[in-house]
Amino acid sequence: MTAVDGDFGRRLVTAKPWMALLVLGTGLLFSAGFVSANDSAGANAADPELVPIRPPTGRTTTADHSKFEQLQGPFSSGPEVTAACLGCHTEAASQVHGSVHWNWRYEHPTTGQTLGKRHALNNLCLGIVGSYERCASCHVGYGWRDEHFDFTAQNKVDCLVCHDRTGTYEKFPTGAGHPAYEDTMFRGRLFEAVNLAHVAQNVGQTSRETCGGCHFHSGGGDAVKHGDLDSSLLAPSRVVDVHMSPEGLDFNCSTCHEFSGHDQAGSRYLVTAAPQHGIAIPGRESDRPACQSCHGDTPHARGIHDKLNQHAGFIACQTCHVPEIARGGLATKTLWDWSSAGRRSEAGVPVVERDEDGHIVYDGMKGNFEWRENYPPVYRWFDGTMRYTEAGERIDPSRPVDINRPEGEPPRNGARGNGARIWPFKVLEGHQPYDDVHQHIVVPRLFGRDETAYWRGYDWTRAIEAGMAEALRTGQTDAGFSGSHGFVETRMYWPVTHMVAPADMALSCESCHSVGGRLAGLAGLYIPGQDRHPLIETLGWAAVLLTLLGVLGHGLMRAVMVIRRRRPQPAAHTGDGV
Amino acid sequence: MSRVLIFTRFERFWHWTQAVLVFGLLFTGFALHGTHQWIGYDLALRAHIVLAWNVIGLWVLAIFWHVTTGEWRQYVPTSRGLPVVAMYYAYGIFSGETKPFVSTPAAKHNPLQRLAYFGFKVLLAPALWISGLLLLFYAAWRPTALGAALPLAWVAYVHVAAAFGLVVFLIGHVYMAATTGRPWYAYLKSMITGYHEAEVAPPGAERDAYTPQVERSPKP
Repeated sequence: MTAVDGDFGRRLVTAKPWMALLVLGTGLLFSAGFVSANDSAGANAADPELVPIRPPTGRTTTADHSKFEQLQGPFSSGPEVTAACLGCHTEAASQVHGSVHWNWRYEHPTTGQTLGKRHALNNLCLGIVGSYERCASCHVGYGWRDEHFDFTAQNKVDCLVCHDRTGTYEKFPTGAGHPAYEDTMFRGRLFEAVNLAHVAQNVGQTSRETCGGCHFHSGGGDAVKHGDLDSSLLAPSRVVDVHMSPEGLDFNCSTCHEFSGHDQAGSRYLVTAAPQHGIAIPGRESDRPACQSCHGDTPHARGIHDKLNQHAGFIACQTCHVPEIARGGLATKTLWDWSSAGRRSEAGVPVVERDEDGHIVYDGMKGNFEWRENYPPVYRWFDGTMRYTEAGERIDPSRPVDINRPEGEPPRNGARGNGARIWPFKVLEGHQPYDDVHQHIVVPRLFGRDETAYWRGYDWTRAIEAGMAEALRTGQTDAGFSGSHGFVETRMYWPVTHMVAPADMALSCESCHSVGGRLAGLAGLYIPGQDRHPLIETLGWAAVLLTLLGVLGHGLMRAVMVIRRRRPQPAAHTGDGV
Repeated sequence: MSRVLIFTRFERFWHWTQAVLVFGLLFTGFALHGTHQWIGYDLALRAHIVLAWNVIGLWVLAIFWHVTTGEWRQYVPTSRGLPVVAMYYAYGIFSGETKPFVSTPAAKHNPLQRLAYFGFKVLLAPALWISGLLLLFYAAWRPTALGAALPLAWVAYVHVAAAFGLVVFLIGHVYMAATTGRPWYAYLKSMITGYHEAEVAPPGAERDAYTPQVERSPKP
């Protein structure tokens, strides 16, 4: 017996078998319940039967415009049609006058910056100053030829570009917003004369065709700019866009981008990055077109850990549910290098080179391009505010300049969300002209009818002089041009939000929870599976290895000693041989 | 030869269930850590959580058992006899010396085992559980004062470091407990059957007196 004091052991009972069965049974029940709850909820969420039927077209209006006397025509110009429209839709032009589609001007409430196409720089066609006739092919107006365009003129509003249902109305590329009234060629393509009366009699609601006419082709061609908006969305498969696919929900653009008084929901200057209002209920504040306004804030099956819904508190839906950029089969532009522009044939025609896929990789008017399709976005903390580098703002040309930069910091620990979430972006690399004396980005005049325009004279200095003079006149900047230019590397960030994949094609956990995962390098995160403490890792494995070697050595020595002991010894020396 | 019941049915159930759970936790845990990719992350996470809740449930039951039976004293570390046992494993075991300890129902573990198991129960296991529960419920405490004071990475570092400690413990434990008996598998066998077959009064058995004994009342 020992020094252990007295009485504690007296109550010792022998364990009963039922106790063992109890804990095992409870554990199994527990586990089975968790797993099956998770599975059934998951199956529900992806039920392909839950596809609503789209109401037949034609029931959305009480008027047949082809019966209207005012629309019988003939019309000789767009503004004539507009005047006819305004005869009944008396407030429509004033409403359009208040929209960003008309003004191309956006006062940012957070940064105070004046943006919109009239003011913001970009690294595609750089800026609109002086090139209005060309750029206005995506303006909802007629006749924007120069800085004297009258933004208060009612009949200059282009109703048809958005409300055409015939598919025959198209603005002529260099027509200052007008369609081709006669058959006209442009860079090898025929633009047929439009039948305005036919279009006017067949107007209706906007469609993906009308919105896409500009937004799918922004940046100078199909799929160029956004990476998540291109003509594949006219009739995408369910895999490409689960919402817009005719096999799926068959949404139009305006299903999510709701319009009210010709003003639409959704902005890329001020994105609703972290919606707060949950499901959109009529009469209450709504975050349309945010995913949450239909899906709510906790759309995932809870499962046993609810980690997906918790992720949704700091990760945008798009980050997992738009797994790649340019998923529709059309490559998007990833590099636009203006510095190599200007090569022309002996006849003076700009050289055009294509790669084996038919993508233009060099255009004498525009420089070098690179294209990519179906590739991962980059990820940034984003609170919805895009801050722009403004014309005339001093830059550091020794490093790539962010033409726009998503703002937002990781949420502080110990505090509720700060409105920033991890968002996916398409990054467009650029190489564009800047004033290498004053060190700011410059806007050249690209298009025009005289030799100062780059696409006529192919002289950067004159084009930049003309562009900056125009920028001064329009108030885009008060910075001058020194007369000396270089080319600086730039970047633009385009939020990725369209081309939402079906749920089972969303990113898997491993996409981020693995070494070198998609969020590698993003600040403010510890990601299990990706992050580790190098010292713990080294010491941990060293300890494991040493222990293993220790027991192996120990065991080996024991074995050797046993064998040595068993070896028969010469009888003369010992009498205890085995 | 005498046959003594060392490990009761509950203890054997507890030991082997825990063994299965711990190996499952290590396998799924190192999958989550990115050490291997033999199962997907989602499955690994769900399995890890289910195993963790089961091991916690098992421990609640085991703690209850140990408290009510008084068997918890089997794990109170003692320095008496420790040098002798340590010397045995460091030297005597090679030259075929008799082990200076014999398991009895009243003292199932030698002083070295007591120390190792005590360390596991008091340091490793709580470190794993507390950090593991913090990881599981991170979303709940991140916005609180605790979230401001405790970075998630630190919690994860503790969890991973303790997991390495667990692996080290297991390697040593499996080697010593499964191969150093006489015959070499004797301890393993007694953890399965519950019985320890020992020569009566082996030479040197009196050194058992170094080890505190758990008193027990005779069976009715």
